[in-house]
Amino acid sequence: MSTLTSNFLTPTGREEAWRFTPLKRLKGLHDVGTVLADHPSLSLSSNIAGVTISSQPSFETPPSSTTDDVVVQRVREKATSVTVVSIAANAEIDEPIFLKRTSLGGSAEAARTIIRAGVHSRSTVVVENVGTATLAEEIEIILEPGSSLRFITLQEWENDAVHLGRHHAIIGKDASFTSVVITVGGSLVRLLPTVEYAGPGASADMYGLYFAGNGQHLEHRIHVDHNIGHAKSRVNYKGALSGDGARTVWIGDVFIRAAADGTDTYELNRNLLLSDGARADSVPNLEIETGDIVGAGHASTTGRFDDEQLFYLESRGIPESEAKRLVIRGFFLEILSKIAIEAVEERIMDRIDIELSKVDIA
Amino acid sequence: MSTLEIKNLHVSVTTEEGAKEILRGVDLTINSGETHAIMGPNGSGKSTLAYSIAGHPKYTVTAGTVTLDGADVLAMSVDERAKAGLFLAMQYPVEVPGVSVSNFLRTSVTAIRGEAPKVRTWVGEVKEAMTALSMDPAFSERNVNEGFSGGEKKRHEILQMELLKPKIAILDETDSGLDVDALRIVSEGVNRIKESNDLGIMLITHYTRILRYIKPDFVHVFAAGRIVEAGGPELANKLEENGYAEYVTA
Repeated sequence: MSTLTSNFLTPTGREEAWRFTPLKRLKGLHDVGTVLADHPSLSLSSNIAGVTISSQPSFETPPSSTTDDVVVQRVREKATSVTVVSIAANAEIDEPIFLKRTSLGGSAEAARTIIRAGVHSRSTVVVENVGTATLAEEIEIILEPGSSLRFITLQEWENDAVHLGRHHAIIGKDASFTSVVITVGGSLVRLLPTVEYAGPGASADMYGLYFAGNGQHLEHRIHVDHNIGHAKSRVNYKGALSGDGARTVWIGDVFIRAAADGTDTYELNRNLLLSDGARADSVPNLEIETGDIVGAGHASTTGRFDDEQLFYLESRGIPESEAKRLVIRGFFLEILSKIAIEAVEERIMDRIDIELSKVDIA
Repeated sequence: MSTLEIKNLHVSVTTEEGAKEILRGVDLTINSGETHAIMGPNGSGKSTLAYSIAGHPKYTVTAGTVTLDGADVLAMSVDERAKAGLFLAMQYPVEVPGVSVSNFLRTSVTAIRGEAPKVRTWVGEVKEAMTALSMDPAFSERNVNEGFSGGEKKRHEILQMELLKPKIAILDETDSGLDVDALRIVSEGVNRIKESNDLGIMLITHYTRILRYIKPDFVHVFAAGRIVEAGGPELANKLEENGYAEYVTA
């Protein structure tokens, strides 16, 4: 019996944070009684100058943030080691740093990762999730002052994977963080892309794309904590759903604290329902404790195809099914182009095309 | 030689109060090489005629026929009508986010011609058509109609007409929102395409201004959902002087 017994209780589904999630499909990841294997599963695809990766004991590398998420708490308890990826100070790295998830099996596993972008460094990190897994993870991303990091996570899981994770960025003074979260695979994916700020002039641009097919539950719970003044955030997530039981949940919590003068924030979520039997929940939530801000806003839409767009394309000889594909590709392009790696963009679009071909889009 | 034949066309739309009849028996025949101006007051049903022929799902045909060279247009899907040789230049072209003009044109031309244009000749073909309409080549990288000015939208419509080479084109208020320079460029484009393709044109307009640039062979006055008077170009001059007052029942 571990001495670090969790103070947290297994969620019942009645909690606000869990009310959208089908707990039965989590393969026990949320249950304090389930055995979680410790598995530092991310590895560097190739050696790149200015990038180091190491495994460190958990007790020497405590978390840099607090969390109230039960699953993340359990990850912190169970992971005995942490994978630490460091980008050297002042390094300007053009080629993307690919971190590949390896050798995950069907058993429940926990993984902790820290990515540290050194002072004034500039880089792109891509986390590639493929295959099948039952994974609970936490990635903490620390941006030191003046650094610029593009952080891309690709959930290209097989359609039986279960993946719960928190990707939390702490953005230093004048640092800029861009995240692109792509979720096109998995039976159940529940991600918490969250940010907080460590200095003024910090900015976060958070983009997301998800496509849920038959029976997939894809949940993204964004949390932006404007804990200090003069920081900026932009959130733009787009999703499409098609097929029976396709389900997406988007929560956009933006919290502007009393001390956060000069905050500038806007969040947006758009969902495209491609067939009957799919359901998208979209809950933007803005909480403001100071009036002295530059701007704060949000928008959320969920709808079907625009008849006028389809008519326009069809009136130029383009068959209905192809017109719909064009519209969907166009809808996603805004987000996809933020990856800025052509081969990856094409791979994701191909995956979406395959999912689209499986269903009759309405 | 192609012929678009509209006979006794009745069209309704669904409103909150139930079906409302907009077109009440339209008869019109357009042959290749002919330009027919359809003129009438706002709300007379001119645009409904255009959209009904193109197959917009909002409109229900309750009676009558539309044929192109004998083929039943009303039985065709929207894309089949375009493939048969009909083209509608829209008054309000629709924005399609994330779809570039070049991708759109190529997809459209591939569908109409039944095969993808050869890369080598295609680039030149598009460039030539754009130059003729005084369009910047960078235009093709923009998203379809997104952020286009009124003049750019109309030029883009005529550019499509040039590349798709229809048999019969319906120009719905193509003159609206154009300044004099843009009107001249767009009109010259229409005239050029008409000359080279023996195009038949249905030119829908409220004002006589565009008729100084595109000369009609026939002028039809449209009021309350049907053609109420037909004549030659001189009828347009009469409308210029007297307006539509005599055709609108109080």
